[in-house]
Amino acid sequence: MANPKPEELTQIDYQPGRKDWMNPAVEFRKGVFCYSAAPKNLRYLGLPNPREWQPFDKDWKLPADWKRTILEGMRERLRKFRSFRLFMDICVRCGACADKCHFYIGSGDPKNMPVLRAELIRSVYRRYFTTAGRVLGRLAGARELTEDVLKEWFYYFYQCTECRRCSVFCPYGIDTAEVTMIVRELLNLVGCNINWVVEPAANCFRTGNHLGIQPHGFKDSIDFAVDELEEITGIRVEAPINRKGAEILFVVPSADYFATPHYFTLLGYLMLLHEAGLDYTFSAYASEGGNFGLFQSHEMMKRLNAKIYAEARRLGVKWILGGECGHMWRVIHQYMDTLNGPADFLEVPVSPVTGTRFEHARSTKMVHICEFTSDLIRHGKLRLDPSRNNRWNVTFHDSCNPARAMGLLEEPRYILRNVCKNFHEMPENTIREQTFCCGSGAGLGTDENFEMRMRGGLPRANAVKYVRDKFGVNLVACVCAIDKATLPTLFEYWVPGMEVAGVHELVGNALLMKGERERTGDLRGEPFQEKEASTHA
Amino acid sequence: MKALSSLALVVALAALAFFLGRVEPLRVVLGVIIPYVAIAIFLAGVSYKVIVWSLSPVPFRIPTSCGQQKSLSWIKAGWLENPHSTPGVVARMALEVLLFRSLFRNTKAELREGPRLIYGERRFLWLGALAFHWSFLVIFVRHLRFFIEPVPRLVMVLDRLDSFFQVGIPLLYITDVTIVAALLYLLLRRLRDPQVRYISLFADYFALFLILGLALSGVWMRYFARIDVVAVKQLAIGLVTFSPIVPREVTSLFLVHLILLSTLLAYFPFSKLMHMGGIFLSPTRNLANNNRRKRHVNPWDYPVPVHPYQEWEAEFHDKIAAAGLPLEK
Ligand code: HEM
Ligand code: SF4
Ligand code: SF4
Repeated sequence: MANPKPEELTQIDYQPGRKDWMNPAVEFRKGVFCYSAAPKNLRYLGLPNPREWQPFDKDWKLPADWKRTILEGMRERLRKFRSFRLFMDICVRCGACADKCHFYIGSGDPKNMPVLRAELIRSVYRRYFTTAGRVLGRLAGARELTEDVLKEWFYYFYQCTECRRCSVFCPYGIDTAEVTMIVRELLNLVGCNINWVVEPAANCFRTGNHLGIQPHGFKDSIDFAVDELEEITGIRVEAPINRKGAEILFVVPSADYFATPHYFTLLGYLMLLHEAGLDYTFSAYASEGGNFGLFQSHEMMKRLNAKIYAEARRLGVKWILGGECGHMWRVIHQYMDTLNGPADFLEVPVSPVTGTRFEHARSTKMVHICEFTSDLIRHGKLRLDPSRNNRWNVTFHDSCNPARAMGLLEEPRYILRNVCKNFHEMPENTIREQTFCCGSGAGLGTDENFEMRMRGGLPRANAVKYVRDKFGVNLVACVCAIDKATLPTLFEYWVPGMEVAGVHELVGNALLMKGERERTGDLRGEPFQEKEASTHA
Repeated sequence: MKALSSLALVVALAALAFFLGRVEPLRVVLGVIIPYVAIAIFLAGVSYKVIVWSLSPVPFRIPTSCGQQKSLSWIKAGWLENPHSTPGVVARMALEVLLFRSLFRNTKAELREGPRLIYGERRFLWLGALAFHWSFLVIFVRHLRFFIEPVPRLVMVLDRLDSFFQVGIPLLYITDVTIVAALLYLLLRRLRDPQVRYISLFADYFALFLILGLALSGVWMRYFARIDVVAVKQLAIGLVTFSPIVPREVTSLFLVHLILLSTLLAYFPFSKLMHMGGIFLSPTRNLANNNRRKRHVNPWDYPVPVHPYQEWEAEFHDKIAAAGLPLEK
């Protein structure tokens, strides 16, 4: 039952086997796949084929006409998505994307090369939707859709974190994440989903957040944070919930108020928003910024996302501010307005403190908190003492979605340079648009998937190790809830001793609040280092 | 295996053309009918594909951002790598199409002792791809001298540039050397690189061998067989003016060249070679990253079941009340 040791995992053979990849063969070995979705969650969401089953079962209890359902689903999506059709047609198999995927780098499994991942469905596309494939079959790279092929899809498309790194390098911008999104939709049609995606979606649909926290629980955890902040700073901040007439609705990923180290980021937000004097409210109904619908289907994404605009309208706010979360921002930046807009009942976001109009968000009307905070700092509206973060030597991990589906690169870096004194970048090929995934995104961050997560996270962890050894970095800052949840495990495995924090935790540490009591320690309760140093001197 | 069989197929095609080209009544089939059919398939097939692509909707705006977004005025936006407006998109696309920008990023990941992951630059693929495509384009344009009389100035200038070194008789074209070298490199890479070999299909080798065969037969005619260019020009002009003839002086070696070209044309619309059209339509590249500034409309958007606030409040009513949060009802 013991997990494999790091030395074992790095014995990677990149030599592809001799067998033709067209023969489907997967082994659902412990540690490299996620468990199936519980039927109650499928039922709650009204999704097809709820049943008890596991990927390692021989019989997947597929519906009798599963094959027709999948092929019909493909036909429909080929018609609806230019991306899908084009990506099925134009790959030249140049292999430029091959070693760009963290799962391939960490596993050496040739089917984790983005090009082959996509070929798993492209071969089926050729068989049923192209003349050459229908006539020439295997010679044209076409193969039948069989149950084994479906199992292979399940295995490999739940071994892609939709990080889009491959699409940066592909000469045609073929985005395997897009292919993965479509295949997961298809798998959904016959009830082949994983619980770690469907359960959060079901929770979110019902209670408003992935963790299934009910309104009173939400209120309790926010109150708890307010109490704790009072202890730390001597200031009692306001953190209203469901308050009508506030200027701004603030939406954060639910992990921020229920998990560590996210929680320290929440403290940071609360301090910042108090200090900026923002007239805002949380919502218990829209108490989740994240959206696990993204990892399941475009439809589910829309169903979950709908509550944000609906709540903004009900509460009568002017615009929306969003917390630190990676995939949440993919949905908000690239999908929300299209899915559930137009947000014509809101106003173009304007910072009440600096007067800055966030023109770039004039249609969606939602601003990233890093955009908001960096604007405050730029205008000198915050008093910051970066030496309060002296115990940290910081690097920044770009999360996949803010980097490659948005371009939020400089805002967090600008903040970090202003709130801490020691900051070092990781190597160029591992940051910004070339950043490496945590290995656990897109719903794959489960305990049972441990080995594959560690493999997928190897490139990220390895770059962190590099800056630890070279510059003495001891903290990885990031703006993603999934990172905060999964990087600590990853680093414990590959780079022991490395800590993880949200950018706004470091803001909270450095922020000098008006009327604060003399602070001796940071948000984690650790003493400030300079103070220690001076008593020793 | 796949490589050998596709090589065999190309050789068989060439041999067939070579021998049939000596049978007088079949010369019209090889020199006129097949080329016309091939061109028709090419035009119809490519148009069909491009129309199908263009008519399929782009429901979401999903550019891959490879640089800083345009947000606050004082943060320098990556207008080229993450374009927020049309000029940026046009420039980004031009770089992709003309210089293969994304391929230029190529790196090679290597796992060393430690473990240490190293990402080395790997520009050979980019260089080889660029050499092949540009040579192909130049050769294509140079060929216009067979089809147009008088020969356009641009074609003559290109011709002169291409034979800049003034060596050999007839003058050696630079692109003849580069296209063959590049194709051999691409082939060798496909065969030697274990990953690329693993992913390669029959079609991948076939495209390369076919184009290589086309190029080599051309080279053979020009530098070794020294075929009758005037006769070839007669045939070419005959084709484009719809008064086709196959002059006696046209050898069956030329018919080999023509059949390989016809095969390429007819094969084109059904193959990965359609990347030529597809690259322009790729939604991760040809859209501006102005998502939050400008609303993108999904033409097939449809209503979905949601969990409205009222239902939510009804379900948790007592708990909301107990927590002291405001209620609608
Ligand atoms: C707008 C025009 C075109 C662009 C931008 C373009 C771009 C590219 C790129 C970036 C690659 C990947 C690199 C490589 O594997 O070499 C490629 C591959 C390839 N292209 Fe094109 N291409 C175009 C037109 C054509 C045409 C007209 C042909 C041939 C008739 C062609 C034949 C090929 C072949 C055979 C490959 C695969 C090479 C291999 O197998 O390694 N391309 N193209
Ligand atoms: S880089 Fe693009 S074209 Fe090349 S193999 Fe990968 S997906 Fe295909
Ligand atoms: S999106 Fe990321 S995880 Fe998926 S194939 Fe591409 S590089 Fe790999």
